[in-house]
Amino acid sequence: MDRVVQEVLTRHGKGGSLVTILKEVQDEHAYLSKDAMIDIARGLSISAGEVYEVATFYSLLSAKPLGENTIRICKSTPCFLKNCEAIVKTVEKELGISINETTTDRKFSLQLTNCIGACDMAPAMMINKKTYGNLSPDKIARILSEYK
Amino acid sequence: MPEKRVVLKNCGIIDPGNIDSYIANDGFSALTKALQEMTPAEVIEEIKGSGLRGRGGAGFPTGLKWDLASKAQGDEKYVICNADEGEVGTFKDRYILEGDPFSIVEAVAIASYAVGARKAYIYLRAEYHYLFDALEGTISQAKERGFLEAADFVVDIEVYEGAGAYVCGEETALIESIEGKRGDSRPRPPFPPSEGLWGKPTIVNNLETLMNIPRIIHEGAEWFSQIGTERSKGTKVFSVAGDVEKPGVYELIMGSTLRELVEGLALARNTKMVQVGGASGRVVPYENIDTPLAFEDVLGAGGVIVFDESRDVIEMVRKNAEFFEEESCGKCFPCREGTKRMLEILTRFSKGEGSKRELKYLEDLAETMMLTSLCGLGQAAPNSLVDTLEHYRSEYEARIQEMEASTFAAS
Repeated sequence: MDRVVQEVLTRHGKGGSLVTILKEVQDEHAYLSKDAMIDIARGLSISAGEVYEVATFYSLLSAKPLGENTIRICKSTPCFLKNCEAIVKTVEKELGISINETTTDRKFSLQLTNCIGACDMAPAMMINKKTYGNLSPDKIARILSEYK
Repeated sequence: MPEKRVVLKNCGIIDPGNIDSYIANDGFSALTKALQEMTPAEVIEEIKGSGLRGRGGAGFPTGLKWDLASKAQGDEKYVICNADEGEVGTFKDRYILEGDPFSIVEAVAIASYAVGARKAYIYLRAEYHYLFDALEGTISQAKERGFLEAADFVVDIEVYEGAGAYVCGEETALIESIEGKRGDSRPRPPFPPSEGLWGKPTIVNNLETLMNIPRIIHEGAEWFSQIGTERSKGTKVFSVAGDVEKPGVYELIMGSTLRELVEGLALARNTKMVQVGGASGRVVPYENIDTPLAFEDVLGAGGVIVFDESRDVIEMVRKNAEFFEEESCGKCFPCREGTKRMLEILTRFSKGEGSKRELKYLEDLAETMMLTSLCGLGQAAPNSLVDTLEHYRSEYEARIQEMEASTFAAS
């Protein structure tokens, strides 16, 4: 069994919340691999299907491979009104990838997200768990350099 | 001015990381009063008498919800604070969590005492992860000072973080999520006050609703019930975004007008329309800008998005449809299928490829979803469509004419 999965399961025990367990495993591995999900299912004595259905339900969990850092640009109405399209284009150009793609060095994945509650700082985005607001295309390169 | 600070009383005044700063501003005096001078039944009566209604959008009387849970049979009961604001354009709970987390903890403790819960959760949306440690710090400071324990009272408060799902703001989906499962809505009845978390009596209250509790206990139901309108007591906290000069969080007395909020405070100019209550909210055209903000008229959860004259109505409604299509949990088919078809048709309209027949389909679809969806998500998803079909019908019809005219020209 994967070491991280083992640790997380030990910490939470059999009664632990599956959502929390999946989040903590993903924090270490960037996404939830098939093997990790099967290990978790065995550890909790539930079916792999039950793990998979939760892993694919929540937008911040991913059963598909993601890069080391995931950028989520908000596309909901307040950010849309503040031209989030320009932010998307700039990030795409800066990283050489499109939405739902990962850079070849596996450093970055790019996604769009629904409202992240930063509408007073629209347009906004999250990188991993950190929120960046009041964005403009000229700020993107500097923000991304923090993660390179 | 219609502004009044009840909920936001301490925001910007106290040091949110320091319990002494909170105590110096009457902090925990309401909890102390409840524990020492009132029985749980008296606390519930006080909340009932205040006329407080839920701030998450539905407006259910808070005291009644508590009463149902307190009278429900069960060895264990739960209190849940819903801090999962995911409604588009809403960030007021974030502002409260940042500025006055102690009031939330005090309110949760009072609620737990009133209904007889020994365990409570604060369900924090994952996008607010950066507030997680601070909130846990708030709870541990309150615990260290002995506020969460008394002669016949003890409550353990836990912060539970979501994983990104709008539907988890709906109370039964939220309960499923705390149980570690997909956030699928549950059919009701049974309602959570009789059968909620782990099948036990549970109250789920919006964070802003709870913020009013210490104020009501401290100042009295009488004081609170004098603020606001006949059926909407107290204040409401709004977050304003979109085409305004000053986006931000504002607290107004219930019954203040939409104009006072968006023009008076947020400095909107050349407004075409306002959506009150986020993606699921009602659309108010500029000619109705003097509509009062109250349960009797228009309210929602507090997210207010302003659109100026340059904005395209159909594109805005299409964006809302896209949001619901992605966020539907998929459990009931009116919502799962309805949001998909609504998005498809609106996408055609936005490209100028609508038809008269489909305009009729949209109306039928909206009615079906509103009447038959399992939870508020599907029931409210067509709101902006219905309202704009009423107020901006000509813009939809223009997209039909455009196509028919071009088809005609091509032949």
